[in-house]
Parts: sequence; structure tokens; C-alpha cells
Amino acid sequence: MAWSGASVLEAYWLLLKGALGSGFALSETFARATPLIFTGLAAAIAFKSRFWNIGAEGQLYAGALIITVLGTGMLDLHPGLMIPILVVSSAVAGALMLLGPVLLKINFGVDEVVTTLLLNFIVLLLVSLLLEGPLKDPMGLGWPQAEPVTEAAELPRLFRGLRLHSGLLLALLFSFIFWIVSIRTTLGYEMRAVGFNQKAARFAGMPVKRVMIITALISGGIAGIAGFSEVAGMKGNLTLDLSPGFGYTGIVVAMLAQLHPLGVIISASFVASIFVGADAMSRSAGVPSYIADVMVSVSLLCMLVSVLLVRFRIRWS
Amino acid sequence: METSFAWLEIFLNASFWVAAVRIATPLIFGTLGEVICERAGVLNLGIEGIMTIGAMVGWMAVYQGAGLWSGVLLAAVCGGTFGLLHAMLTVPLGLSQHVTGIGITLLATSLSSYVYRLILPEVSSPPRIQAFEPLEIPGLSSIPIIGEALFKQTPLTYFAFISVIVVAYVLYRTPVGLAVQMVGENPAAAEAQGLNVTLIRTGAVVCGSAFMAVGGAFLTMSAFNAFFFNMINGRGWICIALVVFASWRPGKALLGALLFAAFDAYQMRLQQLVGTEIPYQIFLMMPYVLSILALIVMSRRVGYPQALMIPYRKGER
Repeated sequence: MAWSGASVLEAYWLLLKGALGSGFALSETFARATPLIFTGLAAAIAFKSRFWNIGAEGQLYAGALIITVLGTGMLDLHPGLMIPILVVSSAVAGALMLLGPVLLKINFGVDEVVTTLLLNFIVLLLVSLLLEGPLKDPMGLGWPQAEPVTEAAELPRLFRGLRLHSGLLLALLFSFIFWIVSIRTTLGYEMRAVGFNQKAARFAGMPVKRVMIITALISGGIAGIAGFSEVAGMKGNLTLDLSPGFGYTGIVVAMLAQLHPLGVIISASFVASIFVGADAMSRSAGVPSYIADVMVSVSLLCMLVSVLLVRFRIRWS
Repeated sequence: METSFAWLEIFLNASFWVAAVRIATPLIFGTLGEVICERAGVLNLGIEGIMTIGAMVGWMAVYQGAGLWSGVLLAAVCGGTFGLLHAMLTVPLGLSQHVTGIGITLLATSLSSYVYRLILPEVSSPPRIQAFEPLEIPGLSSIPIIGEALFKQTPLTYFAFISVIVVAYVLYRTPVGLAVQMVGENPAAAEAQGLNVTLIRTGAVVCGSAFMAVGGAFLTMSAFNAFFFNMINGRGWICIALVVFASWRPGKALLGALLFAAFDAYQMRLQQLVGTEIPYQIFLMMPYVLSILALIVMSRRVGYPQALMIPYRKGER
């Protein structure tokens, strides 16, 4: 940051003010945090079982795609019925995306990192294909974008005139549910056990394969709902730039939260404030907004190291 | 009837083979680099980011007036530095190689974009550089069909071929190479032989990362002559798949990269042949689909380095 010639302290102050300084800024930050809570949760759930789902980006788009198909006029229901149906269908779409990689991993030992990563590219190309073909909005002035979702499918705004939408409440709800699941249910226990020591879990009679498939389906489903929340709450329609890497940032969010479902809320807000703040900072101080990505990835690596050092100190002292 | 054989005639066209070898070059470097890392037992998912930073640094150095070869060298040094960071976190500290690798990719990619924007704040169309010229080897390059492909390429392509031979020789015929293989197969035994596991693994990751960065530099300094955001576009992940396909052997890595690139060059020409009947995105998906298929096919008979992804801690059993 010092390279770019702006005073460092001043730049940080601008970042802080841009992220938290006003009602508008807060709304932007939490609107940005909403998809990150979903994708962070998706990564946290999968990583806890040592299933490396790097495909949240693709699952998000798969969820968004199904919402676009169903939500732009195909279904015409009361919002009270419409929104739950859309949530479920986006979750199913996301989960299906991850079914292939998890089955390949279990049956053939194919590394899920590579398959989920490559699927991201495939889904994005599929979205591009459909946006230029069957799903293209005739009113879109030639831009590759889909028709906006109907009013019944829209997630209501929380405050008049601000972009913060009720997807945030949904995200909080899911974090809470998974916190309960992970500490209070057999499934949560099994998911942790599989992640901690697969052999021991198998020896203890746990259905390791089934637990892994369930974990993957939940993780993919949550990432799919992120797509729903972005289309129905934030943007209104599906475009190719729906997600500026929410799937990848979700991994950072999950690691910063140390894979804790409630911690994800805090770390997603933290990461979102950096992104929103950096946008504001780059407008007023002339620092390229890519600084946000740099700061976020540096904080990931620092977090990894510090967690390790903390663990060592406890053992040795 | 003439047109029905057009899909075969592509193979007789010298420009097809030239393109195939050109596309293969960055993949050769990337796969070779990843082979070196994984042979020593360290999965390097930083490859995508390291290729990006190599592409940016090499290009930027030349743009700022450095010589072409010093640009390549600088890219290699930068890639090696990020490799060192990855190795520091994963080898002595034993952090998760998956998460650290993704972190390195995020950091290196964002840093590339940031530095690029910092140095060139307001350019809409990416400026070009005077890149490597094809170097013709007289006599051999006039062999029909494949002559130009093998003997009229830019120096970096020759360098890629030479690197494969050198790496294969070092890996299989020298004490250093055997030591690298040993720490990847059985670090405890290597330690018992008096080898320094940490040092060898770190060295292998640094060296492999330098190769990856040169692969990235090829894209900006021999192929496109400019730097774009997202220009690596998943090539790093494809290299990870190619490593599995090549069963961790440098020679097969070369073969795999060439096969893959030939397919890629072929689909591009086929695309022009069929025109707009089939959407172009289908063709763009093919490389990713192919990588996943290759992984599935090869998964049954893979010989993973035994200690891949397992951190080594002295005295731990």
C-alpha cells in the first residue's frame, strides 16, 4: 500500500470508514457478507470432514442457474411458497454438483480438489452458453444476462433504500442450524470423526462413505443457496459476473473461522468489510482495489500459522 | 464429399502441429514443476497463482526495459520465492497442503493484479512487448508437417523440452534426484540415511515452483505478448490433473501435455469448421472435461508417491 503513494494510516482510515462508517456502508458490508457466510459455511462443513470442496463457485452458479430457470416465470406461486421451493431447488442443484466428485473420490480415489476446481470452469462456461442461448433476456440490450426473477421470487429488502436483503437472515439461520447439528447430533459427531481419523471412524463402525456423501451434499447445497440469495436478493438476475470469486473467498472465510459455523459469520463480515472498505479506499486514495484480495489472502496465511503456533505453545508449556 | 474429410485434413496442416506444441509449452513447464514438488511429497496447489505471478513479472520486467532472458529469470526467482513460502508453511510447519496451496494461489494471483494496476493504473487495452521470436533450426524445420512444429518455435519451447530431459536425468540418475524420490516415498527412511528431509522437500518445492513460473512467463513473453487478468485460466489445475495422468514421470508429463495440447488445438480448428451450429462454449469446456476423464481413467493404476501430502515431523511415528 505504501508503494501506491497514499499515506498508509489515512488509507486504513478510509477503508474502515468505507466499510463501517455509515448506515449505507454497513448495509453494503453485510450484503457482501451474506454470500460469504453461505460459501464459508459450505467450505467449513466439507473441510471439517477433510473433504476438500473447492467448487463452491461452481455450486453457487448451479444454484443461481436453477433459480433463473424456475424463478423467471415458470413457477408462479405465492411468495410464501415460492421462496422455500427456490431455496430447496438451489440447494439440490448445488448438491448435485458435488455428488459426482464425492462418488469419484470414494469409488476411484480421484482427488476431489482437482475435480471440483475443474467443474467451476465447466459450470461457468455452461452459464455463459445458456445466457447467450435459451436463457438470454430479450430485453437485455444484447448483454448476456438472464431475465430478472419475478416479484414473488425476490427476497425482500430489510431496510428501504438499502441493498441489504433477507438472505442475510437465511444465512444466519443456516449457520445456527449447523452449529447445533455439529455439536448436538450423531451426524455432526460422525462428520468430525471422519475428518479427524477416517480409519478410526471406520473401525468404530461408522458408515464412513455415507457420512462423506452426506457431508458433500450439505456442503454443495449450502453453496447452491448462495446462488439463490445473490440472484433473488442482490442482483435480481443471473449474469456472468454474479460472483467475484465468492466460492474461493469462502475458503478463506472458513479457515479464518477455524471451521466453526458461528465463527463463519464473524469472519465473513470481516472479509466483506475489507472488500467494501477497499472499494471505498481505492476511490478516494487511488490504491487499486485488488489490495483487498491481497489483504484477505495474507490474513489467511497468517491465521494458518498463528493457529499452529498457538497449538504448539499449549502443548509445550 | 470433399468437406466430409475436412476434420481429418486438420492433421495434415503444419500450423495445427505448431499450435499444439505452442499450447503444450506452458503445460510442460507447469506439469514438470508439479511433478518435482509431488515427487518430494508436497502437493503444490499454489501452481495457478505461481504461473500468474510468473506471467506478470516476466512481462512487466521486459515492459520496463529488461532483456527477455532476464525477464524469464526474474519470473523464475519470483515463482521460487512463492514456492519457498509454500514450503515454509507446509514442510517445517506441517500445515495442510491443500489450504496453504489455495492460499498461495489467492495471494499470488491478487498480488499480480495489484502490482499490475499499481504500475499501470490507467490502461484499457493491455500494452504489448517485443517478445521472443521463433528460432528456426535450419534443415530440420523443413521436414513436412511436423518440422515447423518441432524446430521453428520460440526459445522457451526448446527450453521446455530440454528441461524435461534434464529433470528426468536428475530425478532418476543422480543422488539428488534419488534423495527427492526418497523423501517423497519414505521420509523416515531418508532421515535414517542421514538426509535432511526438510531441506530436500523445500528445495524441490522451490525448484518446481520456478518451473511453473517460467510456464506462466511463456504465456506473456512468447504467446500473447501481453498480460491479462485471469490469463492462466485454469491451466495450473489442468497441470495438476496431467501429473496424475503422467503417473509422476517427467517423460510421460511431456507426452500428456502434448496430447492434451493437440486435442486443444484440434478442437479450436474443429470449431471453425462447424461454425456456429454448436455453441463455442462446448468446445471451451472440452479441456476441463478431458482432464476429469483422464483422472478417472488413470485413477485405477496410479502410483502415488507414498508420502504425498503427509507432513514429516522428526521422531514421530
